Amino acid sequence: MTENMSRLLRLVFIAAALLVPLFFASGYQLFQLTLVVAYALSVLGKNLVTGFGGQVSLGQGAFYAVGAYTAAILMEHFDVPYWATIPVAAITTGIVGLALGLPALRLGGLYLALVTFAMAVSVPQLLKYKLFENWTGGVQGIVLLKPDAPFGLSLDPDQWLYLFTFAVGAALFLAASNLVRSRIGLAMMAIRDQPLAAEAMGIELARYKTLTFGVGALFAGVGGALGAIAVGFVSPDSFTIALSLTLFVGMVVGGAASISGAIYGAIFIVFMPNIAEEISKAVPGAIFGLILILFMFFAPGGIASLVAAQMRRLRLTR
Amino acid sequence: MEGFLHQIISGIATGSIYASISLALVMIFLATHQINFAQGEMAMFSTYIALTLIQGGVPYWAAFVITLVVSFVAGIILQRTVLEPLARAPILASVGAFLGLLLIFNNIAGWMFTYSLQPFPSPFGAGAPILGGLLSRHELGSTAVTLLVLIAVWAFFRFTKLGLAVRGAAYNPVSSRLVGVPVARMLALGWGLAAAIGAIAGMMVAPIVFLDPNMMGGVLLYAFAGALLGGITSPLGAVVGGVLMGVIENIAGAYIVGTELKLTTALVIIVVVLVVKPTGLFGKSLASRV
Amino acid sequence: MKRRTVLAGLGGLAAANIIRSADAATVVGVTKTEIKIGHICPYSGNASSYGVGGKSHTAFFKRVNDLGGIAGRKINFISLDDGYNPAKTVEQTRRLVEQDQVAFLFNPLGTPTNTAIHKYINSKKVPHLFVATSADKWGDYKNFPWTMGYAPSYRTEAQIYGKYIKAQRPNAKATLIYQNDDFGKDYLHGLQDVYGKDFDKVFVKVVTYESSDATVDSQVVTMKDSGADVMVTACIPKYSAQIIRKSFDIGWKPLHVMSNVSASIASTITPAGPEKAEGIVTSSYLKDPTDPEWKDAEDMKEWRAFMAKYIPDGDTTDANYVYAYGVASIMLATLKQCGDDFSRENIMKQAANIKTVALPLLLPGMSAATTPTDFRPLKALQLQRWKTNTWERFGAIIGA
Repeated sequence: MTENMSRLLRLVFIAAALLVPLFFASGYQLFQLTLVVAYALSVLGKNLVTGFGGQVSLGQGAFYAVGAYTAAILMEHFDVPYWATIPVAAITTGIVGLALGLPALRLGGLYLALVTFAMAVSVPQLLKYKLFENWTGGVQGIVLLKPDAPFGLSLDPDQWLYLFTFAVGAALFLAASNLVRSRIGLAMMAIRDQPLAAEAMGIELARYKTLTFGVGALFAGVGGALGAIAVGFVSPDSFTIALSLTLFVGMVVGGAASISGAIYGAIFIVFMPNIAEEISKAVPGAIFGLILILFMFFAPGGIASLVAAQMRRLRLTR
Repeated sequence: MEGFLHQIISGIATGSIYASISLALVMIFLATHQINFAQGEMAMFSTYIALTLIQGGVPYWAAFVITLVVSFVAGIILQRTVLEPLARAPILASVGAFLGLLLIFNNIAGWMFTYSLQPFPSPFGAGAPILGGLLSRHELGSTAVTLLVLIAVWAFFRFTKLGLAVRGAAYNPVSSRLVGVPVARMLALGWGLAAAIGAIAGMMVAPIVFLDPNMMGGVLLYAFAGALLGGITSPLGAVVGGVLMGVIENIAGAYIVGTELKLTTALVIIVVVLVVKPTGLFGKSLASRV
Repeated sequence: MKRRTVLAGLGGLAAANIIRSADAATVVGVTKTEIKIGHICPYSGNASSYGVGGKSHTAFFKRVNDLGGIAGRKINFISLDDGYNPAKTVEQTRRLVEQDQVAFLFNPLGTPTNTAIHKYINSKKVPHLFVATSADKWGDYKNFPWTMGYAPSYRTEAQIYGKYIKAQRPNAKATLIYQNDDFGKDYLHGLQDVYGKDFDKVFVKVVTYESSDATVDSQVVTMKDSGADVMVTACIPKYSAQIIRKSFDIGWKPLHVMSNVSASIASTITPAGPEKAEGIVTSSYLKDPTDPEWKDAEDMKEWRAFMAKYIPDGDTTDANYVYAYGVASIMLATLKQCGDDFSRENIMKQAANIKTVALPLLLPGMSAATTPTDFRPLKALQLQRWKTNTWERFGAIIGA
C-alpha cells in the first residue's frame, strides 16, 4: 500500500514540476529551470560514478563540454536539428568516457581524481587549439539559435525548450533509476564498498568500472547538449575547471549515492549563487563557500539523505 | 643548446615553486589521508598576512616567523572547527568543505587586500642577474629554502617520535589510540604544519610571480600532479615530482607542442607515468589487509 | 478548498504577468521617479578583480542621486555577478531584462560573456551600451544596432604598434606573446593586419599563455632564444610584470611594446620595478592615477574627492576605478542628452549622437564622440614611453 502511495506521490511531484512552471513561470524562470535539468543530468552522471560506483571523478565538466560542443558543432556546421543532436552527443560523450575510462581506471582514488582533474583543466586549451579552431570557433565560441516549438504548438521557445529538456531528463532519470536497481547497479555498489570481495565473487572490476564511467560521461554529455541549446552559446570560457567543481558541489550537497540527490544538487548550484549574491555583493564567493560548509555540517550525506530520513520518520509515525 | 639548458634551469626554478606546495600537500596527506584543495589559497592568504606585517614596518625575518606561527595556529583551528566535525561523515563531505574553504579564502583575500598586484620582497636581494642570467638570486635562494624544508619534513617523519605518531594516527587511528597517541591532536598538528609549510611556499613564490589573490590558482594543479607523480607518501617524491613538473612543462611548451598545448601535454605525460608506475616514482604501495 | 485558493492565487499571478508584459511598450524601466539600469560583471571567480567596476558604478550613480538625479528621476542601479561564466551572463541578462525590466544594460564586462548575450539583447531591442571589452566587433551598428562599444579596440591598438615598430625598427626580428583568448588574439590579428605576408618573416617566434598559468618565465626564455630584438606583449598586468622581471633577470633588453591593458603604473611597473621597465613603449587614453604628472590636474582631483567620499576603502592606484569613472561619465552625458524621453529608442539614439564630450580623466586632446555610423566613442590613443618614474607621451594623438 505505502509503496504504491509513494509512487503516486512521486508521479504527482513530477507532473507538477513539469506543468506548474510551464504555465506559470516567466521566460527567465523557465530558462533557469531548464538549466537545472541540464545540470541535474550531469550531477546524476557524477552520482552514478562516485556515489554508486565509488570512483572519484573531478572531470564531469569535461564531458559536459564535449556534449555541449558536439551539439553546437552539429547545429552550426552541419545544420542538424537540435533534437537530433541529443542522441549524437550522448553516444559521442559515452565513447569518450569509455576511452578515457579504460586507462584512468587502472589508477584508483587520488590518482583518478588527478587524472579527471587534469582532463577538466585541459578542456579550454584543447577547445582553443589552432587545429580545431574551424570547428570549435576557437576563443570566439559558437552562437546557437533557440528552437521554436514544433507542430505549431502554442508554446513559446522557452516553454517548449523546458518541455523538451524535461522529457529527455525524465527519460534518463528513469533509466538511471532502473540501472541502479539492476544487477549492474548492485555490482557497482559492491565494487564501491568491498572491491576485493566483489572481485572474489566474480565481478569483473575493470569492465564495470569502465562501464560506469562511460555511463556517467553519457549523462553529462546529454546535460551539456541540453544546456548549450538553452544558453544558446558555447565558448571555452564556459567550461573551465570551475564547472567541474560546481558539479562536484552539486553532487555533494544533493547526496552522492542517490538519484533524487542530483535534482537537489542542481537546484542548489543554479539558485544558491544568486542567494549568496543577495547576502553580500562584496564577497559572494565566500558566502557560497560558507553555505557549502554549513551544508556539509548539517547534511553530510546530502539533502537527499535528509529527505530520506524525514520520509522514514513520517512513515514510522503514521 | 644554451636555450635548452636555460629552459631546464628555469623549469627547475618554477618547479621548486610547485614542489613547495606539493610538500604541504604531502604533509597533509601523511597526517590525515586527505588532500586539502584549499592548500594553495591558504598559502596565499598567509603571504598577504606577511605583506601586511612588512608594510607595517616589521623587518622581513620577523614577519616571516610571525606568519609561520600565525599560519600554524590557523591550520590547527581550521582542523578543529571545520574538519573534526566531519570526521565521521562520508569523505566527500570533507572534500566539499575543502572546496568551501578554497572559495572563502580566495574571495575574502580579494575583498580585504584588493586584486591589485603587489610586489613582495625577497630576502635574497634583487640584484643583477647571476650565473650568466640563468637564475636570479631569489630563485636560487628559494630553491635552497625548499630543500631545507624538505629535509626538515623528512627528518621529522623519519627520526622523531612525534612524526611517527602523526603518521600512525593517520594510518591506523584505532591502534594508535590504543598505544596512547592522542589522534585528534595529531591531525590538528598535521594541519598546522602543512599550513606553515604553505606559508613558506607562498612567501618564496610571491617575489617571482607577484602577489595577488589568484596567485596560487595555477600552481595547485601542478603541485597536485607533482605530488602524485613523485608519490603522495614521500616528501622527497613530492619535491622531485614538483620540480619534474616544472621542467616537463617548460620543455613541452618550448620544444614539443608549443605553449598552446603545454598544459595538456604535461598532464598526459603524468598519466602515462602513473599508468606504468601507479604509486608514483618514490611512493610505496600500501598493502591493505582484507 | 485549499487547492482552489492555491489555483486561484496561481491564476492571478499568471494574469498579472500577462498584464505586465503587455505594459512593456518602448518605455521600460523608467517611471516619473526612477530609471532602472542593469549591469553585469564578475564579483566572484578568478576574474573578480574586475568587480571593482561594479563597485565604482554603484558609487557613481549614488552620487548622481545625491546631486538630484536625472530629469528629476533617481537611478536604480542593479548590478549582478556572472563569475565571468557566459552561461551565467545569459541567465543574469534575462533576469535584468525580463524580470527586473531595466531600461538598458550598461557596461557588462568581458568578451565571451558579452558575445553570449549579443544576439539576445539585440533581438529584445534593449540598449547594450558601452560594453567593457575592447574586442573589435562591438562597433557593428549595421547588424547589431543596439550594441555599442566604448574603448579603442585592441586590434586598432596592435595596428598602431605594428606601424610604430615598422617605422622604428624596419629590420627588426620580433616576437609576440599573447594571452590565449579573445583579448590576446586581437593583438595577433592587428599585427598581422600591418605586416601581411611579412608577418612570419618578421615575427620569428609567437608564444601564448593561459590566464590560469602560474608563470610565463619559460615563454620569456623561449622568446630570448629566438634572437629577437623586439618583443610585443599582449598580457594582463600580472604577466607583464613577470615578463619585465624575467627579461631583466636573464639580461635581455629588447624593445618592449606592451598592451595598454598593462599600462597601469601600480599594477605593472611598481611590482616589476621601475628601473627594470625603462624604455617600455605602450599607449594610453586614460590618465594614470599614480603618475606624478597628473597630481594636480583638475579632473584627477575631482576623481580623488569622489573616491574619498564614496569609496573610501577603494584602492586609488587601481586603474580599473579610473576606467569606470570615465565610462560612467559618458553614460551620464548620454542620459542628460535624453531630456525627458527615456524610451529605449531615444536612449539608443542619444548614445549614437554624442557630440565630442571631453570626459574626465581622458588624456589631454582626447574626447568621446559617436554618430549613427560610428559606434566607437573612444578611438584615440597616444604612444608613451616609460622614463624613470613616469610615462612620457610622445608623438601625435593617433586615430582621433
